[in-house]
Amino acid sequence: MDFKKDFPMLGTNTIYLDNCATTLKPLSVIDEVSDYYKKYSANAHRGDYDISRIVDEKLLEVRKKTASFINAESQNEIVFTSGATEGLNMIIKGFFKNYLRSKDEVLTTKAEHASLILPWFDVVRKNGATINYIDLTDDLTVTMENVKKAITKKTKVISLAHITNVIGDVRPIKEICKYAHKLGIIVLVDGAQSVPHEKIDVRDMDIDFLTFSAHKMLGPTGVGVLYGKEKYLKQVKPIIEGGGMNAFFDSLGNVEYKELPEKLEAGTQNIAGILGFGKAIDYINELGIENIHKYEVDLKKYMIDKMSRLKNLTIYNKDIENGIVTFNVEGVFAQDVAAYLNKKGICVRVGNHCAKILSEVLGVKNTCRASLYFYNTKEDVDEFVEALDNDNILYDAL
Amino acid sequence: MDENLKRSIMIEHYQNPLNKGIIDDEGYKRVNMNSKTCIDNLDFACKIEDGIIKDLKFDGEACAISTSSASIMTELFKGKTISEAKEIIENYENMINEKPYNKDLLEDANCYDEIYKQPNRKKCALLPYEGLKKIIEDS
Ligand SMILES: Cc1ncc(COP(=O)(O)O)c(C=O)c1O
Repeated sequence: MDFKKDFPMLGTNTIYLDNCATTLKPLSVIDEVSDYYKKYSANAHRGDYDISRIVDEKLLEVRKKTASFINAESQNEIVFTSGATEGLNMIIKGFFKNYLRSKDEVLTTKAEHASLILPWFDVVRKNGATINYIDLTDDLTVTMENVKKAITKKTKVISLAHITNVIGDVRPIKEICKYAHKLGIIVLVDGAQSVPHEKIDVRDMDIDFLTFSAHKMLGPTGVGVLYGKEKYLKQVKPIIEGGGMNAFFDSLGNVEYKELPEKLEAGTQNIAGILGFGKAIDYINELGIENIHKYEVDLKKYMIDKMSRLKNLTIYNKDIENGIVTFNVEGVFAQDVAAYLNKKGICVRVGNHCAKILSEVLGVKNTCRASLYFYNTKEDVDEFVEALDNDNILYDAL
Repeated sequence: MDENLKRSIMIEHYQNPLNKGIIDDEGYKRVNMNSKTCIDNLDFACKIEDGIIKDLKFDGEACAISTSSASIMTELFKGKTISEAKEIIENYENMINEKPYNKDLLEDANCYDEIYKQPNRKKCALLPYEGLKKIIEDS
């Protein structure tokens, strides 16, 4: 495949190394979005005329494609959302808020994204449950041993990212689910950083709930997926109600919802975005998610190897196998490093990466993060490392 | 000012900032400035008596532009009246935003006169002045 031809952004002279934040889009996705507006711009579930039926059929096709991408049992377990954030809020506030009793325990970690942690803060404030944190190891990873140690008789749910967005460590989700399920604990997985980069099989891993975002896997912004096992998804109370999700209501306030997944998709969905997302899945499937993962791991090794030769760098996640490199330049504030790289046309992200409590553990507040995807090349890495091979970064950043 | 001089002024103020460190003293008004779009996070404390800025300090963690700009600002405004301060702030903002301004008022702060070439950094250079503005407006 010719990525330069497929991705218009690759022709813009920027070296894009912020793929954790969002990825670039291929033409097939962009065209699918604009085709919706140009060729069959109708609302869904209004099958009274042809173009609306086409929309319904296409949406169903993407739902099926999504289900098979993560190996869900049924397309009815796939709910389209506006993104991982909305999905997490829907599960935590629409399901766990009622499911948890006072003094029940939620297990999570200090490395989680705000989109996972903040809804939990809100829920436990209201229902008297408590949040406990699984200890992270010195290299900030989650081990089965520490998960087991943190579980008590009160633990009802384990809620964590499969891969974190700061250091990119991969959590042993399959083992966690296996162990948790024996104890009747439900597992909610934030897949925002994993689904785009490695094979996720929700049935093999036995995940109860999974959320992710289309825009981090070549798709449009404003689209995400909430997967739930049907038995749990059925119990999720819609936190947003309205058109498209009700089967019946009357003036007395009686309401009957539609079946899954429509029940959880109130209002007109981001139709163009969902259709574009279908093309994103096609693109990834064509490359093969396993190949993508292997390519990223190899490219990161190449990058770490080169970066390790520079004396001025601290790298926080050398050995973690994926495409995320978190680092600092000695004596230079992360923001200045990014400003310097920006002058060279290189995009990296700085900050606490929305995981503000991780700094309590990491010991540094702010880091730079370079994150790769399959369209990044050794040449990108060469330019990046060459730029960092400079004793005057601070001066050149001004 | 030539470019190298500008950079050395910034570096000097970044590495050896003046008026850094806030003491918990009565009579100081404090404000926290936490940038919305980046990670700059600075506190400012200002003592105003009889309409005159008697003391101005800052603290926190921020990039080289924000930190040096805060250091230069704290020096520049000490002893100024509120109306003088307002005038300087306005001229500084005009400089950053490429509008006409009086450079004679800005002393070392003139070193940011080309920051508009890095639009991402304008907010860094402005952050301390927004902090001071908040304090003055409230006083
Ligand atoms: C681990 C993780 N969870 C959740 C999210 C939220 O995703 P979105 O902003 O697309 O809803 C992100 C995005 O950065 C993430 O990295």
